[in-house]
Formats: sequence, structure tokens, C-alpha cells
Amino acid sequence: MGAMAEPTWETSEVAPTATSKRAVPDGLWMQCLACGETLFRKAVEQNLLVCARCDYHMRVTGRQRIEQLLDPESFEPMNAKMSPADPLNFVDLKAYSDRIVQAQKLTGENDGVQTGTGFIKGRKVVVAVLDFSFLAGSMGSVVGEKVTCAIEYATDHGLPLVVVSCSGGARMQESGFSLMQMAKTSAALGRLDDAGGLFISVLTDPTTGGVTASFAMLGDVIFAEPKALIGFAGPRVIRQTIRQDLPEGFQTSEFLLNAGFVDRIVHRANLRSEISRIIDYSGN
Amino acid sequence: MSNAIPGFVATMDFEQPIVEIERQIAALESKVGGSVPSDELATLYATRETVLSKTYSGLSAWQTVRVARHPARPQTLDYVDLMCRDFCQLHGDRRFGDDPAIVTGFARIGPWKVLLVGHQKGRTTPERISCRFGCANPEGYRKALLKMRIAEKFQIPIVTLVDTPGAYPGVESEQRGQAEAIAVNLREMSRIRVPIVTVVIGEGGSGGALGIAVADRVAMLEYAWYSVISPEGCAAILWKEANERTNPLAAKSLALTARENLANGLVDAVIQEPIGGAHRNPKSMAAAVQAWIVEQLSELSRLDADTLVRQRYEKFRTIGSLRSHP
Repeated sequence: MGAMAEPTWETSEVAPTATSKRAVPDGLWMQCLACGETLFRKAVEQNLLVCARCDYHMRVTGRQRIEQLLDPESFEPMNAKMSPADPLNFVDLKAYSDRIVQAQKLTGENDGVQTGTGFIKGRKVVVAVLDFSFLAGSMGSVVGEKVTCAIEYATDHGLPLVVVSCSGGARMQESGFSLMQMAKTSAALGRLDDAGGLFISVLTDPTTGGVTASFAMLGDVIFAEPKALIGFAGPRVIRQTIRQDLPEGFQTSEFLLNAGFVDRIVHRANLRSEISRIIDYSGN
Repeated sequence: MSNAIPGFVATMDFEQPIVEIERQIAALESKVGGSVPSDELATLYATRETVLSKTYSGLSAWQTVRVARHPARPQTLDYVDLMCRDFCQLHGDRRFGDDPAIVTGFARIGPWKVLLVGHQKGRTTPERISCRFGCANPEGYRKALLKMRIAEKFQIPIVTLVDTPGAYPGVESEQRGQAEAIAVNLREMSRIRVPIVTVVIGEGGSGGALGIAVADRVAMLEYAWYSVISPEGCAAILWKEANERTNPLAAKSLALTARENLANGLVDAVIQEPIGGAHRNPKSMAAAVQAWIVEQLSELSRLDADTLVRQRYEKFRTIGSLRSHP
């Protein structure tokens, strides 16, 4: 892939729009951002939004991910109507309340996560899928609450939990409320663990900040899609702090595998079968 | 001033009127030669108190952040000196090394034996560098958890003091799993079966703060800050640039002061600071912190472990602000 996007709010400024470099543009043909190959859009979609030439894993929305991951028509959403409040009346260059409305219009979603139950190769699971196209998949109160409800549902019903992360981190516009979602989701995972439940965490490009430093890194088994950006601090912040260039391949899935923080790098085409396999081994 | 930690330097512009009065006091005191203060001196003392309390009662969010970062503000090891007895420091995470940015050890506070865990920024330049100005590495968070496990085993309550701009953002900290270290602490602290009380004594920067702050009771000192990101970090991203103009705007928007966090239900108490801030009277600050900790531990010690852990879960479980309908 080319220059990696910074996992910050700046990306979120451009990511949700249809004209974004990152999103798949409308039209019959599209260009792979990594290798520049011109691709037939339909074929790319059939290939799970992976470039047939260079294997670049393009970013997918929450809905696309659910379609790719679950058995057809098996998804039953939970808490679909939960939507963000603006507890601090946060205003930066733009009001948070306006950002919410804009993101909702662009994506047709209420916030940056889809949760519910469904089946993967016939196995019932609880899923939570973060959606980068909604304010960079950032975790505010809604993402925290929906993920926590999903974890609690998995705990109470003895179901395996699969969370697919794709997020710039905690949502700054909810400040302390966002921060505490890290504790809330992690505490819920402690209860799932106490109950002997299985949690498979899937890290996709990008997974950074407060999402990485809470539920995303707490999987019993952690998968990562190839070449995803995964980290705590963003590369730019690190570069500014140490005032040195970052090593080649720093904070990629492969880097984390070598460092011992990811179990397996899983190609998108194999995600369903790899998840099923772990569920079978766990006996969940 | 007599109680202040040596090396006190007034660095904040909004304190200039106070610095001026203090200069006059110092000049007079040298004349009087330590004998009974003259009327003039007494007036100056009174003026100083008035100006101090007036200045400090009207601090902006950004000024509060600067007080929280004051170089002479008491740090974890100062509280150890001022409110703990028989401190027995315990080093190392048994995996990688010993991170001086998080201090851990057994201590006695009032009637309690506790495990103390706290960020340490360092005061001298070499100390500050080795503590990375209070930005802990993964081994710091892992050390904290390891010692908390020992406390749990021996039924010793845990006291944590938070004072960090954030967890360290570096190549090695990423390589050693900064995110994983913090995440594991969040999960494990939520189910530790002994009382945990936390005081944010200075800076409460993001996950690096929360990584030792999943507690039954959380207090902030009056001029501490606690937020999802530092004002500069927020300004750099949302205002595109962190500078003298945008940092105060970000600080205000983040609702990071003790009073705002209390009002939003994110912390349980605000501990009042001495007039003019903790750095002006560390001794009386430590006394207030100690009193609060002892009171909380007395209350929490009455709960059985199941109730304690359930209530801690509920405390964080209920935080959030959202609409059930779009």
C-alpha cells in the first residue's frame, strides 16, 4: 500500500465522503490505491474489496463487512437506534452536533458501529463491526455502549463474540465520556472471560488509539488483516516525539505479529473459515 | 512559601501580580531580619492571600492545565514522603525491566497498609528524562498490574496516584505492546478483589492515566485535569495546529477540569487545594489527600469482595451519554 493514513481525525474529515481517496468511488471502474491498477468495480466487490493484482485490502464499511462475514440474511441488529448525544456541546472548527448530522447523512448510519447476532458458517455468533466511514470509527458513548451490550449478550447467552475493529481511537468530542468507554468495554470483557466465553478480535486498517488500548487488544485470539495499520499512538505523533524516521513496516499487522501481539494474519477471503475454526476449537 | 518544595519557580504569567507581592515581602523580611513582622508586612501577607485566592478561583481551563504541570507541584514520591510511612518500593515487571515513570510499593497511610501505585514525572532534569516526564512504557503498566495482583493476594487495598500527560508514544513502546499493556490493566483492574482508590494529582492524560485508574473511587485535585487527550493533542488534530491560540480553546472544549469531570459524573470527588495551588503548600495538600483516601478505604473495607467488584463494574458500566432514538 502507499503512504499510510494517519489514524486521526484528519482522516475522518475526508474518509466518509464519496470522493475520498480511501473510499471506493462510484462508477464502473476504479483504481487500486496501492498499485494503481484500474479495476472493474463489480469484480473488486465480488473479491471482498481486495485488489486482484496486489492483494491490497481496501477499507470496507460496517454493512459491507457484515455482508462479507456473516451467512446471508442472518444478521439481526441490536440497539440499531442508539445515536450520539453531544454531552459537552463540543465545538472545534465545526460543532460536533453538525459533524454527527453530516456523518449520519453520508453513511445512513446512526453511529460508527454495527452490533447484533448472526451466523458464520452455521455457527451463531455475536458481532460488533466498527465503521471507519462514520467519524473515523471513533469510540464515543454509542460505540462503547453498543460494544458493551454485545459483550454482555455473548456472556449471558454463551455465544462466541467477534469484534472487527476499524477506528482512529476514542472520540475527542465526548472527551471523558469517550475515555471511560475504554474501561467499560474492557470490564465487560473481564466478565465474558470469567464466564469462559470466546472473544475473537479482528484488527483491520486502521486500528489505533483508545480502541486498540481497550477491547481490540483483549481477544483470546487476535487476527489482523494483512498490512493494516495497528498501534496505540499514531505514526505522526511518534515521529514528532522521537524526531526520527520510523522503521520500515512499523505498526503494520506484520510488525505486530513479529512483536507477539497478533496471533494470525488472515486474508479477508479466509476470515470466515478462520473464525469458524477457532470457534470449533474453543467448543463455544 | 516556607512549605514549598525547593526550586520553586513561578513560571505562569497569570501569577505575575503574586510574584511581585512576594518580591516585596522578601525584601521587607530581609530588613526585619526574621523578627516580628511589621504592620506593612502583615498587610502584604494579607494582600498576597487575597490576590492568590482571587487569581486561583478564576482560572481558565488552560491555566488549570498549566498549574497541573507546575514544576514544583507535588508528585507521587512527594506524597510518599508527606503522607506515607514505611514505604517499601517494589521494582520491575519481571518481563522486561523497571519503568521509573510508574512507582509501586507497599506503604502505610493512616491506619491502612496499602499498595501504592503512581506516575512519577521526576524533578531534576536527569530524573525527568529517565521518567520520560511521567509518560510510562508498557513495562510500567505491567509492573503496576503485577504488584496489584500481590496486593489482591494479601488483601491489601490499592491506592493509585495519576499524573501523566499520556502513555509514551515511541517505537519501542509500540513494539512492546503499549496498547495491550493498558488494555489488560483496564480489564484486570475491573475485577481485582480488593478496594482501589485513585487520586488524579496532576495530569490525567488519556489511556495512560486510565491504565491505573479503574477504581472504586476516583478523586481529582482541584487544579488537576483529566481527559481523553491532552489539549495540545486535541488542538493539533481538531484545530489543525497546537499553538497559544488553539490550546486554550481545546482545553475549554474538553471539559477537563475537576469540577467539570465531577459534574459529568466521571469522577466521585474534588479535593480542594491549598490557596494558590498544591505547589504552594504540599504539606497541607498531602494531608487533604490522605484524609480523603483514609475515608474511602474505611467505607470500602466494609464491602465484601463480590459487592466491591460488582459496584466497580456498575460504576463504569453506567457512564455514557446517548440517545436511544435517532
